Amino acid sequence: MTLLTLTDLSVRFQTNDAEVRAVNDVNLSVAAGETLGIVGESGSGKSQLSFAIMGLLARNGRASGSVMFDGQEILNAPVKLLNRIRAEQIAMIFQDPMTSLNPYMRVADQMAEVLTLHKGLSKRDAVAESVRMLDAVRIPDAKGRIRLFPHEFSGGMRQRVMIAMALLCRPKLLIADEPTTALDVTVQAQIMALLSDLQRDFGMAMILITHDLGVVAGSCERVAVMYGGRIRETGPVRPIFADPTHPYTQGLLDAIPRVDQDDEELRAIPGQPPNMSRPPSGCAFEPRCPYRREGCASIDPPLEAFAPGRARACHAPVAEVAARHMRADPQPDLVAAGDALPADDTLPAGAVAGAGAAGATQTPGSEAKP
Amino acid sequence: MFAFILRRLAVAIPTLLLLIVFSFVLMHLAPGGPFTGERALPPQVLANLEAQYGLNDPLWLQIWNYLVSVVIHFDFGPSFVYPDRTVNQLIANGFPVTLTYGGLSFLAAVILGVSLGVVAAIWHNSWVDYLAVGISIGAQVLPNFVMAPLLVLVFTLWYRWLPGGGWSFNDPSFWVMPVIALSTSYMASIARITRSSMLEVLGSNHIRTARAKGMPEHRVIIRHALKPAMLPVISYLGPVFVSMITGSVVIDIYFSTGGIGKAFVDSALNRDYAVMMGVTILVGALTILFNLIVDVLYAWIDPKIRY
Repeated sequence: MTLLTLTDLSVRFQTNDAEVRAVNDVNLSVAAGETLGIVGESGSGKSQLSFAIMGLLARNGRASGSVMFDGQEILNAPVKLLNRIRAEQIAMIFQDPMTSLNPYMRVADQMAEVLTLHKGLSKRDAVAESVRMLDAVRIPDAKGRIRLFPHEFSGGMRQRVMIAMALLCRPKLLIADEPTTALDVTVQAQIMALLSDLQRDFGMAMILITHDLGVVAGSCERVAVMYGGRIRETGPVRPIFADPTHPYTQGLLDAIPRVDQDDEELRAIPGQPPNMSRPPSGCAFEPRCPYRREGCASIDPPLEAFAPGRARACHAPVAEVAARHMRADPQPDLVAAGDALPADDTLPAGAVAGAGAAGATQTPGSEAKP
Repeated sequence: MFAFILRRLAVAIPTLLLLIVFSFVLMHLAPGGPFTGERALPPQVLANLEAQYGLNDPLWLQIWNYLVSVVIHFDFGPSFVYPDRTVNQLIANGFPVTLTYGGLSFLAAVILGVSLGVVAAIWHNSWVDYLAVGISIGAQVLPNFVMAPLLVLVFTLWYRWLPGGGWSFNDPSFWVMPVIALSTSYMASIARITRSSMLEVLGSNHIRTARAKGMPEHRVIIRHALKPAMLPVISYLGPVFVSMITGSVVIDIYFSTGGIGKAFVDSALNRDYAVMMGVTILVGALTILFNLIVDVLYAWIDPKIRY
């Protein structure tokens, strides 16, 4: 059953200099209980896409198109309607748990207000329920710690608080906007494991927004790759990672450093991401694309299905892109990680693939603050 | 927190002593004295007067005597210029006046300034914002020595609603114009600080979280935005409160209110050492006290600040 359907969703920002086209004609759907990954580099529009769904765009942002949630149009809906859906039906967790929690309020007050507002609970009941939820996200001594302020928690613990707060009303959809980006690598793995456990326990759908392909491989069923505010490729995780059919997806996967890599230099996609206040008339990836051909600079390719459940937006034929990929990559680690999943619980494997990219190591257990 | 307050109060004592010594020395270093007028006094009269007030003693002894009288007896001495009045009496007469109109001006400035700033930030870049910014710029650029005669012109001479000057503790109509004249420019500053700090807070991540919780906007602002937005305002308010309740020479002169604002300036012009010292100590002590209160308020608002 489809829970969320985005149709031609676009987001524009009015700035003093120009109109920034952050998101362009995005079509996506999320089924109940499903996990969709949205991948893209900074500025690709993935976060703005999620803010548009929630009606949380900055003041100068305008969204157009349609967002149907549970059979109801919620894009640009009246605030009253949105406030019934936010936290109750769709909850969101954000990238930086330090600044996303209110630093001036005790965790108890921040969490309890969600329940007093949406469920009409008394303050006492709301706090008790919040403690249970903190237990569920495995915060030790939740009863004592709920009286603390956010700065008295470590980064990973803060993100657990954030997750607990988002789940208080048992939403049908959780939007996680780079939930592990601000955390160190071992903590990332723990948080991702926690999220998939909770998702299974609560039976909710999840949109996981990230630039970390390892995280996507480890926990998503489907993935949409965004570039320049558009979806460039979409499909189930395994085939996309095994044979990417879009040059950008391929570039992203190639850029992940591997243990068996011989060359000293890290591979990167040459060039710069597009300036979305002056979007190119053709394909936004054209200046950086090794497969570019006539027409790429003038005609933006539409997203077209080419196999069951898979779609891509590229003028280069599938066979050509796929052939080159096969030649370049014998056996990437990531595909191995993707193979083990999504059905599997040993999900840190995927997160550890991302760990290589982050290039940092941390001793386990460093998450807990003394 | 309690220990912090005690520690700060303990530090206040040497601070005040230093303030007294420095002001005393500076005052006496300046050429001239309380008895140098346009018409020179006969040398013998001058000598007698100086002996009477102890001005012939070495400076350290004068400071010592002054400190003893202030600290032990809480006696700020007789005025040099009005021999029939003591500094204690002058302050006791004038301070309640400035405290009244200054305190009311402070309340008016804070309430109006904060509301104006919050409203402007909420409806940023709308006509409400432009109106609020316009009002505060207008209030800021109109100095109180222009504002005061304009008020008298309109409310006393044209409409005859309010008395043009004087003071009565029983009749609030005497308070209105001093309060308006004193509070407007402070109100404007408070409005500007509130607006910019509120705008910054409203764009912060935790406000986005609060909105994502489905809270109505007014609750987001009252519960989540107001407290952090007040931090820069509060640090501005400490010194402002002191300068408001210790009065303004412009207000005291235009409205003949008889506050200590005028007494302070007169004492500087007349070289009335005792009055000058008395008012300096009063302002110094109040400044120390209200800076402490600001720090305590800070810790109360921001849990990350612990002393």
